[in-house]
Amino acid sequence: MAAWTDISGIKQRIEASSAEEITASYLETIGKSRINGFTTVWDKALEVARGIDKDGNSGPLAGVPIAIKENISTTGLSTTCSSKILEGYVPPYDAHVIEKLKAAGAVILGKTNMDEFAMGTSTESSCYGPTLNPWDIGRVPGGSSGGSAAVVAAGEAPLSLGSDTGGSVRCPAAFCGVVGLKPTYGAVSRYGLISYANSLEQIGPMATTVADIAILMDVIGGYDHRDSTSINRENTYIDSLKEDVKGLKIGVPDEYFGEGIDEGVKKAVWDAIGKYEDMGASWKKVSMPHTKYALASYYIIAMSEASSNLARFDGTRYGLRVEGENWHIMASKTRALGFGEEVKRRILLGTYALSAGYHDKYYLKALKVRTLVKQDFERALADVDVLMAPTMPTPAFKIGEKIDDPLSLYLADVNTVPVNLAGVPSISVPCGFANGLPVGLQIIGKPFDENTILQAAYSFEQNTDHHTKRPWEVA
Amino acid sequence: MVYDNPDGVRIGLEVHVQLNKLNTKLFCGCSTDYHDDEPNTHVCPVCLGLPGSLPVINEKAVDFAMKIGLALNCEIVGQTQFHRKNYYYPDLPKGFQTTQYDYPIASRGKVIIEGEDGERVIGVTRAHMEEDPGRLQHIGSIEKSKGTFINYNRSGMTLIEIVSDPDMRSPKEARRYLDKLRSILDYLDVFNGDLEGAMRVDANVSVFGGDRVEVKNISSFKGAERALLYEIMRQKNHIRRGGKIVLETRHFDEARGVTISMRTKEEEHDYRYFPEPDLVPMRVADKVPDILKTLPELPDAKRERFNSQYGIADMHARALTIQIKVANFYEEVAAEVDPKDAAVWVADILKGELNYRDTDVDAFKVDDIVEIISLVKQDKITEQSGVQIIRTILDEGGKPQDIVVSKGLLKVEDDIVAKAVEEAITESPEAVADYLAGKEKSLNFIVGKVMQKTKGRADAREAREKVLAMINK
Repeated sequence: MAAWTDISGIKQRIEASSAEEITASYLETIGKSRINGFTTVWDKALEVARGIDKDGNSGPLAGVPIAIKENISTTGLSTTCSSKILEGYVPPYDAHVIEKLKAAGAVILGKTNMDEFAMGTSTESSCYGPTLNPWDIGRVPGGSSGGSAAVVAAGEAPLSLGSDTGGSVRCPAAFCGVVGLKPTYGAVSRYGLISYANSLEQIGPMATTVADIAILMDVIGGYDHRDSTSINRENTYIDSLKEDVKGLKIGVPDEYFGEGIDEGVKKAVWDAIGKYEDMGASWKKVSMPHTKYALASYYIIAMSEASSNLARFDGTRYGLRVEGENWHIMASKTRALGFGEEVKRRILLGTYALSAGYHDKYYLKALKVRTLVKQDFERALADVDVLMAPTMPTPAFKIGEKIDDPLSLYLADVNTVPVNLAGVPSISVPCGFANGLPVGLQIIGKPFDENTILQAAYSFEQNTDHHTKRPWEVA
Repeated sequence: MVYDNPDGVRIGLEVHVQLNKLNTKLFCGCSTDYHDDEPNTHVCPVCLGLPGSLPVINEKAVDFAMKIGLALNCEIVGQTQFHRKNYYYPDLPKGFQTTQYDYPIASRGKVIIEGEDGERVIGVTRAHMEEDPGRLQHIGSIEKSKGTFINYNRSGMTLIEIVSDPDMRSPKEARRYLDKLRSILDYLDVFNGDLEGAMRVDANVSVFGGDRVEVKNISSFKGAERALLYEIMRQKNHIRRGGKIVLETRHFDEARGVTISMRTKEEEHDYRYFPEPDLVPMRVADKVPDILKTLPELPDAKRERFNSQYGIADMHARALTIQIKVANFYEEVAAEVDPKDAAVWVADILKGELNYRDTDVDAFKVDDIVEIISLVKQDKITEQSGVQIIRTILDEGGKPQDIVVSKGLLKVEDDIVAKAVEEAITESPEAVADYLAGKEKSLNFIVGKVMQKTKGRADAREAREKVLAMINK
C-alpha cells in the first residue's frame, strides 16, 4: 500500500481490519522506500498497534500511524538530530508532544531524517545521507524537516511532526506538495524538542490535508507547565474546518515576490490568490519594509542561540565520545568529529556574534531588527486577516546544487524566516506546480489565530485539486 | 579611635549562598535533600541538561531571593531576567550556567558591621540568582583516583551570589561582614549554613589603590581571613620590591595558606552573556510588600530591642542576637529569671561551654538553665557549681536537680561553716598571729583549712569573711 490516506480514511480501514494491519502496511511501504526518509523504524510500532486493537483506544488518533522528526525526544527510540555527535543517544523521556500523541492513540512508526540539528533547507547535511524528493529523486525534499515531509508525500506515513525554526516545516511541505503548519510561538510545548534556536522554533504538524493538520493540532497543542514559553489558552482547531472565505481580507506583501523568484511559483501563487477572490475574499498589497533585513537578523539570532544550545554536546554524558588526554581535549575532539560542516559554521558564527566587542554590533542589532520585523507584521495584520505569499521562492532544487554555497541556501529562507522572527502562525498548502514540481502557498496569520489560516487553507483545498496530485512514488 | 588603614586595603567579597532550605531545585522539581544520598540520584532531564529539556523557574526561590535582598536593604528589580553564561566545564551539563546578569534580583543594599573603629556600613552591590553546577569527585586523592567522577545531585541548586562593595579595610572586617551575612541569612531561615558548600566566598583585594586581585577557592570564613592576610602581605611585599600588582585571579591553597596565580586579565573568559530564551521574565515588583511582611525582626533590630527591653549590656545583646536560635533561647530564659542574670549565663557562660564543645544551643534546655540560674540566685549552689552542672549536662546528660544531689553541690549549712572556721582558727595559732602582725597572706592558709574541712562545698568568699569576722572579734 502506497497511497495517501487521511485520518478519517485510516479510521475506516481500521474498522474494516485492524490497527495492526494498517501499521504493518505502512511498515511494508517504508521497507521498500527509495527516498531515505526514515532514519529509524520503531521496533515496537506493531506491538503498540496490537495494544490499541486489544484495548479499544478511543483517542482521536487511535491506531493512526505517525512519523516523528529526529530531533523530538522519544523514550527508547534514538533521537540524534541526524548528527554523528548524538550517535547512540536514546532519550530517557518523551517530549510533551509525544506524550500527547501516545495518549491520543497514535502509533509512532519511527524517526525521520533532517538537516543536522535542523540547520538547513535541503536535508542534505544529515549524517544519514540526504532524503530524496518523492516527486523527483534528483531533487531535495526541502528542509530541515525533509524526512517528515517526504515520507508523507511518499505515502510512507499519513502524518508527521517536524519543527520549524526558520521555515523547516513549511519549506519541505512546499517542496513535497503536502500541508505543513508552523504554529504561533508558544502554541505547542517545546519540551523535548532538541533546541537549535529556542526563541524561534515550534514543533509543527505535517499531513496531506488541512483537516488532518487541525486534528493533529488539537492533540499536540496547548499549555505545558514544563515549557515556560508555552501559553495557556484554549483553542479547538477543528472548529476551523469551515468552507467559507467570504469577506476574508488578504494582504499580499510585495517584498515576498522579490529578486530570484521563480516565474512558475509566482504564477501558481497569484492563481491561488485569484481563486480566493473568486470564492469571495478580497486582497490588497501590503508593505513589509523590513523584510530585506529579516534574513540577516534571523541568522545572527539563530546562530547565536545555537552556539550556546549546542555547547552541551561535549562527549561527557551521552552520544559520541572521542577520548583525549584531558577533558578539554576530549570535548574538542568529540566536537571536531561529531559536528558536520554547517553546524560548525553556525556555532563559530554564533560564538563570534556574541563575543565581547561584537555583541552589540551583531547580536543586539539583530534583536532590534527583529522588533522592526515584528512591527511590520503587526502593522500589516492590523488591516488584513491573513497574508499570502509563496512559501519558497523556487520549487525544489537539485541535490548538490546549493550544498557548497551556504549563502544561496540561506537566501532560500527569505520568505519563511520573518514569520519565525515575529512568532506568528503560518501554513503552507499545495497550490499548483512549476515545471512539474509542487508549489506551496504560504498563509500567515495573527498570533494565536491559527483558526483563520486553517479555515482559509481548508476552503482553498476544498475548492481546488492540487492536493489530490500524487508524486511518482505514489502514483 | 579612628582606624587609618595604613596599607590602603580595600576588600570586596562575593558570597555564594546555596538556598538548601528550598524543597526543589531552581529550574526543576528535583529534591534538594541530596547530601547523604548516592551520587546522581537527585537528577532529571532538566538538571542533567539532557537535549530537549527546558527550565521552569521555582517561584519560591524567587521569593527567597527577594527576602534576602530586602533583608540586605536592597532595591528589588521590576521583573526577573536570566542570562546564559557560556563556558565549558564537565560539571556544567548544559555548557552554560543560567544566571542573572544586568538585571540582578536585588541591588544597592547595605550591611552594618562592627568595624575596626566602631560601626561601619558595607555596601551590597548586588545579589543575583543562579544555578549551582554539579561536583567533580575523586576516589582518594586527585593523583591516585582512577578517574574523575561527576555528581550532578548539586546541579541546579539555587544559589544567591551576594556581591559587596569594596568597603572592608582589613581581613577582620571581612570576617565580621561574613559573620553578619550568615547571621542575617540564618534569621531568614533560607538555608542551613552547616551543610557542606552552603556558603562559598571569593574575595577581591587591593592595597594602596592598586589593581584588585581576585582570590578564589576559599572554603570557610576562617579561610577567608587567612587568605586575605596572606594576599595583603604578598601584595605589599611585591610592591616594596618594586613590583606592580596586576588584575588577576588567584587560587587559595588552604593547606599551605598561600594564594597561587590562576589567570591574568588577558586569559579571562569571555562568557558571551545573552538572555535565556527559555525563561520568560517574571514580574516581581508587586510582590515586594508581601515579602516585606514575611521578614522577621533582623539582628540589628533585635539587638536594639534587647538593649532597651531587658536593659542588658550591648556586648551581651550583640552576642545573644548573632544566632536567632540563641536569641530565642535567651528570651525564653529572660521570661523566667532576671534578664540581666539570664544574659550573663547565656551569653558568657553557656555560649562559652557550647563553643568549646563545638555544638549549639539546641544541645541545652531552657528549663535547665532557668533552674541553674534560680539555684544560684537562691544561694543554694555556688556559681562555680552552676558551671559544673552545665558541663555535666553537656558531657554526660542529666537534670540539674539530680546532678546537684549526685555531685553533692548544695551549699553547706552556715553552722557547719561556722564550726569549721572555729576549728581552723584554733588549730592555726601561728597563722592567726602572723595575720594580726600584718601578713595578709596568712589568712589564705586559714581559709584553705576551712575549705578542706567542708570538702570544698563552702563558698570561699563567704568563708574568708567569716574567718576575718572571728579573728577580729
